[in-house]
Amino acid sequence: MATSEAAIRVRGVFHRFGEAGEQRFVRALADTSLDIAAGELMCLIGPSGCGKSTLLNIMGGLMAPSAGTVEVRGQPVRGPLPRDIAFVFQENSLFPWNTVIENVELGMTFQGVSKSARAARAAEALAAVGLKEFALHYPAQLSGGMRQRAALARALSLKTPILLMDEPFGALDEQTRMILGEDLSVLLAQSRKTIVFVTHSLGEAVFLADRVAVFSARPGSIKQVIAVDEPHPRRPEFVTSAKFTSLRNQLYGLLHDEIRKAVQQSTAPDTGAEPA
Amino acid sequence: MAGKGASRLIQAGFLVGLVVVWYLAATRWGVNRLLLPNPVAVYDNLFDILRSGEFIDDLQTTLGELAAAFAISATGGVTLGYLISRSRYWIEVFEPLFAAVYSIPIILFLPLFVLFFGLGPASKIALGASISFFPIVINTIAGFGHVDRLFVTAARSMGASDYHLFRHVLLPAASPVILTGLRMGFTTALLSIIGSETLASLAGLGHRIVHLAEAMEMARMFAYIVFVVAIAVTLNAIVSRLEARGKRD
Repeated sequence: MATSEAAIRVRGVFHRFGEAGEQRFVRALADTSLDIAAGELMCLIGPSGCGKSTLLNIMGGLMAPSAGTVEVRGQPVRGPLPRDIAFVFQENSLFPWNTVIENVELGMTFQGVSKSARAARAAEALAAVGLKEFALHYPAQLSGGMRQRAALARALSLKTPILLMDEPFGALDEQTRMILGEDLSVLLAQSRKTIVFVTHSLGEAVFLADRVAVFSARPGSIKQVIAVDEPHPRRPEFVTSAKFTSLRNQLYGLLHDEIRKAVQQSTAPDTGAEPA
Repeated sequence: MAGKGASRLIQAGFLVGLVVVWYLAATRWGVNRLLLPNPVAVYDNLFDILRSGEFIDDLQTTLGELAAAFAISATGGVTLGYLISRSRYWIEVFEPLFAAVYSIPIILFLPLFVLFFGLGPASKIALGASISFFPIVINTIAGFGHVDRLFVTAARSMGASDYHLFRHVLLPAASPVILTGLRMGFTTALLSIIGSETLASLAGLGHRIVHLAEAMEMARMFAYIVFVVAIAVTLNAIVSRLEARGKRD
């Protein structure tokens, strides 16, 4: 790693929803520490409700942790950091009353980009995700995969060094997800952004990540971090390689017991579901 | 399979049939002319009313009351609704309260309004504003209070200020519901103002209709009813059109 400075530094983060004794009390994260190097793509994977999305929101300043600290580029996080961090959410975060291009430009308006620069940057971002022809469509007129491409374009146009992606392809079918994953790998190899990517999919994690952080069941903490030593952009053939299969199997082995635990938790009476 | 043209034809045929039955009842079947005037006489009276322009004063009174009442309830309802919607707690307090008040017939308080504001336009304005306030405030709370959290989170993550959030997220998310509330408020204001004019008033279209009924000028009274119906249908069509246009933008 060229720089010793971590882009994101998570130290001893705990998070709980509600107060002890309440019906909806949930311990989402317990003593989680993680360094994400500048320019790397880190996947967070774990059973449902393990707090991986919560950690992502805490990293991005959308939530304050119950305990612990997060630093982004050396500065403690106290709220959203629109100049440093852009989000891509699971789905339907595009404003339905705006066209695709308006959505992209509005993000830049919020961020404070001058009016004259917005149009060119929006066009560039839409071209990068292959949605140039759909700039004037409304989100409802697009397929799920195209909507996520548009959300990615909105995030890219903000030109932040860090991208946080919360199961961005989670609601899509396997084939669409595969193509979007390949395209994302190409895009990101060019941009050299620091990316944290939450996913449920073992294959997606291995295909995209430089490192994969595997979470334990709730209260989540990082069980192990696995390195995927394969240059970007990843080629489709990578999926059929022995290396891919072996890494995927290793992840499966780590996750299997945690998923069992999570399923038992979700049927136990004293815990609620993790709020979205 | 009946197309849109066919259903329009049936609707028109139904209305024509109604007028024919009315005509036959008045001329052939011996219904008392004081109860049911000849539609031809009604038509003549309507023509006379429109040509002489005698309706203008009453129309001005009624529309003036409507405009004032709606301006008050729209401003008050949207402002108060927005303020309440800023807090989950206030929504929980006021939403059921307003819904409960909305379900009682406020027209029952007309005598009180007359005592407070007199027989003139002021009592009609106060009543119309009170009645139309509720659908507007309820819809405004619903509109602003139930904006998808993800939109707000996404906007905040991109650095949206409070103004940005209101202008680009809350307002467009809420406006379809608020516009529906405004249309409902407008319609109820119109109905309650004309209704209250028939009960206790000095002027206005409702007042004129009751005055003619008391003078037993049934044909002219029916002509005024036709006139008021036409005004109400036109106003509702305009407001519905504005609502649809507002939702499209």
